[in-house]
Amino acid sequence: MTMKASTRQIDGVTVVDLSGRITLGEGSVVLRDLVRELLSKGGNRILLNLGDVTYIDSSGIGELVSAFTTVRNGGGELKLLNLTKKVHDLLQITKLYTVFDIKDDETAAVASFGK
Amino acid sequence: MTAMQVSYTYDSTLESVNQAEEVATCLAVKAGFDEEDAGRISIAVREASVNAVVHGNAYDASKKFTVSFANSNDGLVITVSDQGRGLDLTTLPDPLAPENLLKQSGRGIFLMRAFMDEVRIRSLQPGTEVTMIKHVHGPSAPDKEESK
Repeated sequence: MTMKASTRQIDGVTVVDLSGRITLGEGSVVLRDLVRELLSKGGNRILLNLGDVTYIDSSGIGELVSAFTTVRNGGGELKLLNLTKKVHDLLQITKLYTVFDIKDDETAAVASFGK
Repeated sequence: MTAMQVSYTYDSTLESVNQAEEVATCLAVKAGFDEEDAGRISIAVREASVNAVVHGNAYDASKKFTVSFANSNDGLVITVSDQGRGLDLTTLPDPLAPENLLKQSGRGIFLMRAFMDEVRIRSLQPGTEVTMIKHVHGPSAPDKEESK
């Protein structure tokens, strides 16, 4: 199952609902293009909902890191929402759990973005 | 655990990586690993296969990579080998170092080592061979301690 992505706007925050796999040659490219597109349109407050992401590899992790630094360098914020246990474990093992701002409640996550 | 020894040779494509990953998941479950460990084995095989295709064989259509699975009472032994130019282990950066934490790549071998009980990498000249072992009950199981 390749990755699918859809976006919603809530109080100026773009919520990106991702599902499927974020892996080399599949979801990685989709995620990269999506973040670039959002930034080009001025949307630099991004909440990635990973609740339905079933699989992620080191390329997928790299793409999340790249998205995070790209958005941050552009003066924006990118946060993660609803990590599955698999993704949580991967971010913990790679010490990225402390790098990302990770949320488990969408309303609180949206409210946490700077106005 | 039922004895098993199988080997698959693949073209140097990302589609082959997906196939190797699927086979790894199936065989890990068949070998008696639970869903969590099977997922970890699957990621380790994926990472080794990606390295074989991308860094080893560099997508060269004339080169293949091979994934072999063998199990015994001690666990599952997986070997991934390519026909590429080899790997210089001394140049591998530590992905947990503060200066590398936000780098986009460089976590593949780290994840293999995190998810498998043993990982050995050697040059074949040409090529690289990665051998990964996952014990059924993990490295601290009593039977493994006795076998040391």
